[in-house]
Amino acid sequence: MALLDVRDLSVVFRRRGAEPFTAVDGVGFTVEPGQTVGLVGESGCGKSVTSLAIMGLLPRRGNQVTGEVRFEDTDLLKLRPQDLRDRRGRDIGMIFQDPLSSLNPVIPLGLQVAEVLERHQGKTRQAALRQAGGLLDAVGIPDPARRLKEFPHQLSGGMRQRALIAIALACKPRLLIADEPTTALDVTIQAQILALLKELVDQSGTALVMITHDLGVVAGLCDTVNVLYAGKVVERAGRHDLFADPRHPYTHGLLQSVPRLDVDRGGRLHQIRGSVSDNIPWPEGCAFAPRCDRVIDDCVGATVPLEPTRRDGALRCTNPVPQEVPA
Amino acid sequence: MVRIVLRRLTQLSVTLIALMTLVFFWLRSLPGGPVDALLGERATPQTRETLTRALGYDKPIWVQYGRFVENVVTGDFGNSIRTGEPVTAVIGRAFPATVELAIAAIIVAVGLGIPLGYLAARYRGRLLDNATIVVTLIGISIPIFFLGYLLKDWLTQDIHVFPPSGRISTGADNTDVTGFFVLDGLLTRELDASADALWHLVLPALTLATIPLAIIVRITRASVLDVLDEDYIRTADAKGLRDATIRRRHVLRNALLPVVTTIGLQTGALLAGAVLTEKVYNWGGLGTVITDSISGSRDYPVLQALILLAAVVFIVVNLLVDLSYAVIDPRVRVP
Repeated sequence: MALLDVRDLSVVFRRRGAEPFTAVDGVGFTVEPGQTVGLVGESGCGKSVTSLAIMGLLPRRGNQVTGEVRFEDTDLLKLRPQDLRDRRGRDIGMIFQDPLSSLNPVIPLGLQVAEVLERHQGKTRQAALRQAGGLLDAVGIPDPARRLKEFPHQLSGGMRQRALIAIALACKPRLLIADEPTTALDVTIQAQILALLKELVDQSGTALVMITHDLGVVAGLCDTVNVLYAGKVVERAGRHDLFADPRHPYTHGLLQSVPRLDVDRGGRLHQIRGSVSDNIPWPEGCAFAPRCDRVIDDCVGATVPLEPTRRDGALRCTNPVPQEVPA
Repeated sequence: MVRIVLRRLTQLSVTLIALMTLVFFWLRSLPGGPVDALLGERATPQTRETLTRALGYDKPIWVQYGRFVENVVTGDFGNSIRTGEPVTAVIGRAFPATVELAIAAIIVAVGLGIPLGYLAARYRGRLLDNATIVVTLIGISIPIFFLGYLLKDWLTQDIHVFPPSGRISTGADNTDVTGFFVLDGLLTRELDASADALWHLVLPALTLATIPLAIIVRITRASVLDVLDEDYIRTADAKGLRDATIRRRHVLRNALLPVVTTIGLQTGALLAGAVLTEKVYNWGGLGTVITDSISGSRDYPVLQALILLAAVVFIVVNLLVDLSYAVIDPRVRVP
C-alpha cells in the first residue's frame, strides 16, 4: 500500500472580481514508504500549491480544494482541522523555500525546534530543548548548545535551512515534503543540503516528496519523477528513464535547455519558445501545444488523457518524442 | 542597552538646549505680553513702566535670556507672573493630575485597542471587522471637545452615572501623598477615596483615549494581518502547533512591534488632547495651567517650563519605546 496516494487533486483559486483560476488540475501520484518522488516544473505550474494542498496549508478563503489525499488510508482532505494539526509535524514534515522568512525572527532557534517536540511528543520544555540540541547536531550545525539560544538572523542561510530540516524531521515523520529547499541557497550550500537530505532520508526510511524546478536536484535524488505543466502531470517516469528517454516534448525541451560541457561552445542553448501565458486551457487540448515543436492537429480540440506507458510511467501526449532506446 | 540610554540622554540635552532657546524667543515674539495682559488696555504709561521694570523686562533681551538659562540650569524656573507662586510649585501640583489622566487613557487605549485590533484581523471581512473599521474611523475623526461634551451631557446630566467634573468629590476624605489620587487612596488605605477618584477618571480617560485607541486598533489589525501572511506562520502551521500557541507565540509578538512605536508617537497626541479634555472636565492638570497661562496673563515663566516639560516627557516616552523594541525584537539589540 502506498504511503501517500494523491488522486485527482485540484485547487481552484476563487478571488472576488477575478475569473476562477485552476492552479492544480486533477493531479495524481503515489509515494511508497521510503521512496523519493519528484514534482518538477517551472514557476506557476502548481507544484508548490500541490504540496500546500496536501498539508492543508492553503488558506481556506478563496481556495477550493477537491480530490483525495490518502495518507496511510486516511483522506487528509476530509480530516477535521484539529485532527490534521495532530498529524502535521508528526507524520508529515515540511521544508520550505526561503529559510530566513520561514523562521520566526523573534524566537530563539531552540524553542522553534523544541516546540514541535512539546506539541507532538508531550515533552517538557527542558527535555525538548535537550533533544533539539541533538537534532541540530544531527543536521550538521556546529556548537548546537550555543545555537539553541541564538536567533535566525544570527545564522547563515545554509544553517537556517539545516535548522528547518531539523524541525521537519524532529518527530521522525514518515513523509517529508521539501518545497524547493535549495532555491534560496548558494550552489555549494545547495549540494550540502541535498546530500544531508539524502543521508537523513536514507537513514530514517522517510519518504520524500521533492518539489523543484532544478533537474539536477531530480537527477541526484528522486526515484520517480512527475513532470507538471499548467497544473497537470504531463509525464511520469523513473529517474533513469526520464533522463535517458524523455517522451513528452516539454520534458524533452527542459532537458535540452540544460547547458552541457560536452557540447561545442558557441552553439545556441536550446530554449522552449513562448511562455506559460501562451497556454490554451486543458479542456481545449494540450496546454503546451502553442509552445510545442511537435504539435499536430490532434493536439488541439479535446483533452489529452494521461496514459500509462510500458515502464510503469505515464504520459499525456498525442505526438510524443520517439523512443531512442527500444525497450 | 546602557549605550542606547546614554546616547539618548545626550541627544535629549542637545534637544533641550535648542528648544529652550527657541521657546524663549518664540514666546517673546508673540504680540502682546504679560504687562498688557495684566494691566489691560487702560493702564497709564507709568504703571506700565513700573511693572515692566519689576518683572525685569526692561533689560536687554540677551540679558533676560542669560538669566533664564542660568535659572533653568539651577532648576529655578522663576515665579508665575499670574499668581506669584514658584513655577515648580504650579507645575508640581498639576503634573500628577495630567499624568494620572494620560496613564488611564493609555491603559484604556492599549487594553482595548490591541485585543480589538487582533480580533478584527482574525475575523477579517466579517461583521466584527467591518464594524471595527467604521467605529475607529469615527473615533479618529471626532473632535475631542465635541465627544467630551457629548459624553458629559449624556452620562452626567441625562443619566447620572458619572460625576461631571473634577478629580475627586468635594469633601472627600483623601490624603495627598503623591498627587495621584487613585494611588494615594491605595497607599493610605482610603479605598473609598481611591474609588471616588477612579470614578471621576472614567469619562475623561475615555474621552482622551478615543483617538489613540482608534489608531492602535487599526495599526494592530494591519500588523496582525501582515504577520499572518508571513512564511514563519506557515512553518508554525506545518509543525501542527495548536492555534492558541501560534497566536500567542508567533503572531502577537511580531505584530506588537509597530504597535509599540505607535504608542510612543501617541504621547504627543495625548499631551495635546489633555488640554482639551481637561478643559471639558475641569480637570486641573497641565492642560488647565497652559490655557490659563496663555489666555489670562502670557505667563512666560510657566509657559517656558511647560513646553520644556512636554518635550522631556515626549522624548523619555519614546526612549522607553525604543528600549521595549530591543526587548521584543532581538534583531535591534546592540550586541
